[in-house]
Amino acid sequence: MRPVYIEGIGVYAPGLRGWTEAAAVLSGLSAYAPTPLPPLKPALLAPDVRRRTSEHIRLAVEVAGEAARMAGTDAKELASVFATAESDGGITHDICIEVAKENPQVSPTKFHNSVTNAPAGYWCMAVGSQQPSTSVSGWDGTCAVGLMEAVAQLLTDQPRVLLVVHDAPFPEPLHAVRPLSAIFGMALVLGRGKSSRSLAQLTLSAPAPLADETTCADNALEAMRVGNPAARALPLLAALAAKRATTIDLPYVSDRQGLRLQVEPCV
Amino acid sequence: MSPLVLTSFTGVNALGYGAAAIFDALRAGRSGLHRCTFEHTPLETYCGMVSGLDDAPITGALARFDCRNNRLALAGLRQDGFEQVIARARARYGAGRIAVFLGTSTSGILETEHAYRRRDPQTGRLPADYRFQHTHNLFSCTDFVRRYLGLSGPAATVSTACSSSAKVFASAWRMMELGFCDAAVVGGVDSLCHNTLYGFASLELVSPEPCRPCAADRSGISIGEAVGFALLERPGHAPEHSGVALLGFGESSDAHHMSSPHPEGVGAALAMSRALESAGLGPEQIDYINMHGTASLANDSMEDKAITAVFGTKTACSSTKGWTGHALGAAGITEAVISALCIQKGLMPANLNTTTLDPSLTSNLLLQNRAHKVTRVVSNSFGFGGSNASLVFGACQ
Repeated sequence: MRPVYIEGIGVYAPGLRGWTEAAAVLSGLSAYAPTPLPPLKPALLAPDVRRRTSEHIRLAVEVAGEAARMAGTDAKELASVFATAESDGGITHDICIEVAKENPQVSPTKFHNSVTNAPAGYWCMAVGSQQPSTSVSGWDGTCAVGLMEAVAQLLTDQPRVLLVVHDAPFPEPLHAVRPLSAIFGMALVLGRGKSSRSLAQLTLSAPAPLADETTCADNALEAMRVGNPAARALPLLAALAAKRATTIDLPYVSDRQGLRLQVEPCV
Repeated sequence: MSPLVLTSFTGVNALGYGAAAIFDALRAGRSGLHRCTFEHTPLETYCGMVSGLDDAPITGALARFDCRNNRLALAGLRQDGFEQVIARARARYGAGRIAVFLGTSTSGILETEHAYRRRDPQTGRLPADYRFQHTHNLFSCTDFVRRYLGLSGPAATVSTACSSSAKVFASAWRMMELGFCDAAVVGGVDSLCHNTLYGFASLELVSPEPCRPCAADRSGISIGEAVGFALLERPGHAPEHSGVALLGFGESSDAHHMSSPHPEGVGAALAMSRALESAGLGPEQIDYINMHGTASLANDSMEDKAITAVFGTKTACSSTKGWTGHALGAAGITEAVISALCIQKGLMPANLNTTTLDPSLTSNLLLQNRAHKVTRVVSNSFGFGGSNASLVFGACQ
């Protein structure tokens, strides 16, 4: 497999608000200290648009915007891949509450926001992108599924692809049957060729049988990693923060399969 | 792009079980839309419902996947010898070299809707027999199909609303092009649920009558449910094939509105142009366009503008949603199967249920079935969030 190049990174999770804060924690420079997160207000969403969106949508636009800014590229030229295991849990809950009633009155805005590609739709509107965009899902292997799709688009067609991986906890009662521990979103801008903007080189292997997935050394970060399918990206982000050549095994869509990544810093 | 052969394809929808039943209904002009009786919903509408699912539970080793959506998936796998075709492909390539990419918009959400009605009145908890992962989760249908067929290659659920099971063809082509797999099962499955019935009703997009695509008096969509599958292989590697190939695909985003398409069809036209470019074909080389054609006012108007912009006004086109209803995440594969049947059998279907065309539409919209050689078809699928995909299918050379 030919390598691809990471040109921009975005991240948003408790204690990891933006790449600057996350890189310091993930490279071991500062201790991890999760603090309550303020309401998300991505600059790319105008206030009237933002009011119509959910936290799940705002999370995607926030990390996508950060990664695109870091890459310094024209965001509307980016093809995009959005990966989520559980889509919008809050809206799922609200609509299931409503349709359990005698005379359901589903909110039209909630209904159109309920499609899995709603975050992609708001992102494309925010930056004016008519490029191809897809939204994929693969249970606890969702991060690896998204990465494979993004790399496949890059190597067959697109010069640059935005990858967004994001999931947020369900409200009760769904939380009890699918407990996600905390909100987590991350985005990468991937380029086909090496350039002055390349931060690291990434090489994927085909999914293969896997003994052990790569873990996080810090206990709190490891709890975050296993607590949210999107946070399975943490070892990759840690390798990027540490600027160290690293091999990472991400879980794939079944228990016994993994996706191996080779990460090499470019500077 | 390098074409891929459809080794085999199949489907189940409101027209029946398997390719022969679907084609018979198309040829006879027999709609699968009936007054909606799904779970006693009071909504005044017509639906393309699949019969027999209530009596066909998934049993045995995969019983944990039992739900309406996966029952429909299983019904599809059992038609036209599809699972036997996959078994032979597995023997040729190995289980790990065959991918599974399926589209769905709502997966098995109906199970969660039922579970919410049975919440514990004191604690609000969901009932103990409710299984989230294997029914409602978006990957459930792909997981089920992959396990049932004994495959372990690359896999994903694509969920981009009504373009989902068109976009799986693009994802599969990319994975094969990169060498991640040698063959791919593509398809999609979406089943009736209250979320979509009441959701589309809230947007005032649902017709009280059987939908009439492109009609002057069209009054909205009819929701359907469906499953479809195809096996894709590189030419020359499949000892058996359907005679139909995937020649190209085009994807685009509207960047306009969450639930209304761009009024001038800019994103739709871009998807069709990119599909032709990827197939290396000019618009005059397409015999028939299977439209997205939902019968909503906005869709049919913008799609007509987009077709006219890309193809002019001569290419024959129609929507087959008057037969099947709008199968949402399964619409792409349902219409891919219909497109493949049109190529195999030489049929251009009408805009069923439509008697008077909207006079503002300018493309060559068929009001009658036409028996005619069909060599190449463009199939359109457009979804909420402005997600557009066009596929090009053609007779194998």
